[in-house]
Formats: sequence, structure tokens, C-alpha cells
Amino acid sequence: MPPEVLSAPLIVEFPFTRSTGPVLGAFLTGLRERVVLGARGSDGRVLCPPAEYDPVTAEELTELVPLGQLGTVTTWAWNERPRPYQPLDTPFAWVLVRLDGADTALLHALDAPRHAVRTGMRVAIRWADERSGAITDIACFEPAPNAGAPGDSHRAEGSAA
Amino acid sequence: MSGTDHLDAPTGLRDVAVVAFAQSSHTRRTDQLSEVELLMPVLHDVLKQTGLTANRIGFTCSGSSDYLAGRAFSFTMALDGVGAWPPISESHVEMDGAWALYEAWVKLQTGEADTALVYSYGKSSPGSVRDVLTRQLDPYTLAPLWPDSVALAALQARALIDAGHTDERRLAETAVRSRRAATANPHAQLRGSADVEELLRQPYEVEPLRRHDCPPISDGAAAVILAAGDSARALHVNPAWIRGIDHRIEAHQPGVRDLTESPSTRLAATAAGAFDAPFDAAELHAPFTAQEIVLRRALDLGDGVPVNPSGGPLAANPVMAAGLIRIGEAAALIHRGEARRVLAHATSGPCLQQNLVAVLEGAAGTEGGAR
Repeated sequence: MPPEVLSAPLIVEFPFTRSTGPVLGAFLTGLRERVVLGARGSDGRVLCPPAEYDPVTAEELTELVPLGQLGTVTTWAWNERPRPYQPLDTPFAWVLVRLDGADTALLHALDAPRHAVRTGMRVAIRWADERSGAITDIACFEPAPNAGAPGDSHRAEGSAA
Repeated sequence: MSGTDHLDAPTGLRDVAVVAFAQSSHTRRTDQLSEVELLMPVLHDVLKQTGLTANRIGFTCSGSSDYLAGRAFSFTMALDGVGAWPPISESHVEMDGAWALYEAWVKLQTGEADTALVYSYGKSSPGSVRDVLTRQLDPYTLAPLWPDSVALAALQARALIDAGHTDERRLAETAVRSRRAATANPHAQLRGSADVEELLRQPYEVEPLRRHDCPPISDGAAAVILAAGDSARALHVNPAWIRGIDHRIEAHQPGVRDLTESPSTRLAATAAGAFDAPFDAAELHAPFTAQEIVLRRALDLGDGVPVNPSGGPLAANPVMAAGLIRIGEAAALIHRGEARRVLAHATSGPCLQQNLVAVLEGAAGTEGGAR
């Protein structure tokens, strides 16, 4: 018999308040108003989520660009058993989504049946009913209502789901 | 201190070698052991191999994570195990021990020390490491979604499959090869594997990854002793000389990166001189099967180079120690005379965000080794 081990619950917390600054602050405030902003990088690429500093040159970035509410899945992973605190409590796909007008992809959840999910799929933002200026103001993504319609033709891989 | 002797003329660097390596037998839970108790036998082992005592070590550097213990400055407890009185020269990184080894290597380069003790440990069992690791992510755009480590690795695996670099069968073959190699490693946690067909019948964890594509959850510790020049030659008959070592990092956001490539590994390997000559073996810190594909491509490692003869992190993955163990296993191959030139790699962050490459060489019959 192994010795009895004393144990007690421990909740790890990060009890600090942080200011989000001009770039992330604007991004998060935008989400509250159902607007997604990207940051224009040194090479003209639009980054979303926006970065305060260019990921290649480390240059300070200040120009914010409004983006579309539709996007294209660049990679995905099917999550059959969601874990605590994840965006949905029913099976969903983790996705990286390149929003229209952006050149990089945003991580989020996609609420769609397993058979519909694929790389290149067109998706739309589903907004949370109550928004507080957080990434969770995007409740998740969902299949775009009329996939293949004009507006996604500039993405070669964007077609019907 | 011998300071400036044994300078390598072309590079201006001191010769520094791994002269001892020890690790715990990694297990799923060590409820009955504190972190110090997990570490102590490993420290005793590594010191005994060299005959050194703690007070004769010039510099001590450790790597661990407060997030696993859930306690700020938890590493200070482990210092009790080292013996920090009378006062020692000491440092700590909140990173895998491979980066503690890098700091110790730099310290030896300054000439302020001739020997260094490097150790690291990770006790994942008290919490759910898969969820705990989400706390290392961007606190504004990633962490609030709780994307666990398996989910992020699965996104990377899907990108590799989409790009035609691998498929689920090849991933399973990597798992089988690693865990069967681990049957020869008494420290490994998972030794042996069912065959590929059996593995492919298992359900997905997060598709396209199955359980066998993921590392085990491990409690464990590791330690290495570094020594410079004549100190190294005095401490081991066949030191594993660090011919090059470098580490590089990429952007944190997974959606900014091409997850099928690892430019940071490529850059670190170039700076470490990895492409100057072929390797007899490589120890890669690829906790997920698909990540080995990314690293093999970045490092130009063909099928002829044995990868992870120890079993690698798929056979034992004590977080914060698994990278240091790669360097230790690479050195041990040289110490045992089983290889002359070995590549060691360590990673940190989601989807291989940060990577360290070290090139280790044994002597080719002459003191100091061939260059």
C-alpha cells in the first residue's frame, strides 16, 4: 500500500489588471461593436489578430484596417470532446481563419458538422449576444450563409461548404 | 579559473563539453514525492559520475515552470537540493532546461567558470498540463479560448497533411518507431507499441491526432554537467564537445506562421554549424509525431539518420526537462562511443515556436576532437 498523500485544491490565478494599449485596445473595443480590425505590417500585410510590433521587423505598427466578417479556414482540427472553458460545449472544429482583407489567420472555434469542415471552407463570424471587449465577443465561426458568392472569389480555395 | 586558455582559434570560443548526464525514471505520477525529492537522486547521480561535489561547481543553472507547481518562485525550493550554502553562483530560467544549459554554456564562455551544473524538472501530475499550458498563450486573443496543447498540435498536423508532407499512417509509424526504440531505455515511460494497424483503429484525440500521436504526461527530472577545456578532459575520457549551439524564436500567433515550416530551427541549426557535416544520430524534442516531420525537413535529416534512439519525448515527456534530456541523450551516445556527431534539439512554446539546436561531437581518436 502506498502511503496516503495529503492534497488540497489550488486555483492558480493571475490577479492583475492590464491596460491593452492602442492596438489591442482598439481591436478589443472593435469586437464589442462587431468590428474586426487588423494591423498593417511593415511589408503591407494585414495582421489579424493585430500585432503591436511587426513579427518580422519588430517595427511599431499603428495603422489599423477594418476587415470583413467572412473568412477562409486555413487549417482545422476536430474537437470531439470539448474541455472546460473552451468556446463551445458541443463538438466543434478548432480553426485558423483568414478574414477577408487579412493576410494572417485568427484562432477560434467553428460550429459546423464534422463532415462540412475542411481547409478552404468559407466561414462567418457569429457574434456573442453580450459583448465586453474580449476575443470571446466572437462566440465562434459558422459556415458562411451563401458560400461561393461574390466577395470570396479573390481567395482561390474559397468555395462551397 | 583558467579563463582564456583552450580558445578555439577560428571562432574565439572555449571548448565546452557535456561530461555527465542523469535523469529520473519518468512516470505518470509521483504523488509521494516533492519536486526536490524528484530531483535529488538525479543530482546525486550526475555529481557522482564526475566525482565533483556541489561546492566545486563553478555555476549552477536550472529550468522549471512555476505554472506546474502553481506557486511563484517554486524553483527556490529545488535549490535546497543543490545546497546553496555557502552562497553559490546560480541562475534560473522559466524555460526548458535546454535553455538553462545555453545560459551555462555562455557563462563558461565568459571564463568566469570552468564547470556548470544544469538541471531541470517538471511535475505535471498535480494539474492538467494540457490545460495549464494554455496559460502560456497570448492573454488577449488565445488564452481566453483555452486551446489546449493537443488542439494546437492538431492544427499543425492538419496543415502538414494538407501540404502533402505526411499522413496519418506515417504519423503512426513515427509513434511505433519511437516507443519501440524506448524498450532499450530504462528511463522511458512508454516502452513498446502496438503495430500501426492497431493504432490507426483507435479514436481521435483531436483529429487528425490520436492518442499515440501525443506525448505521455510525465513527472521527471534531468541534470547535465558542463566543463570547459582541460576540466572536461579530466572529468570524462570521452567528453561530448558542444561544437555549436544556438536558439531562435518565431512570432507567437500560430496564424502568422506557416506551421509546416520551422525557420527558427533552420536558422539555429545554421548558426550551430549543423549543416557542415552529416550526423550519426539526432535527438529531437518533437512531443507530437507530426512535429518530427517539420523538424526533419528544417534540419535536412533524411531517413538514414536515426532519430530519437532513446525513444524521444513520445516515450517520456517531463515538461521543462524533455529538451535538456535530448542534449543529455545525444551526449550519452558519444560518451558510450555509439556515435561521434549527434544533433540535439529542444523546443518551447506552441507548435514549435522556439527552437534550440546543439551540435555535439566526440573525439576522433585525438584530444579535443576533429573539426
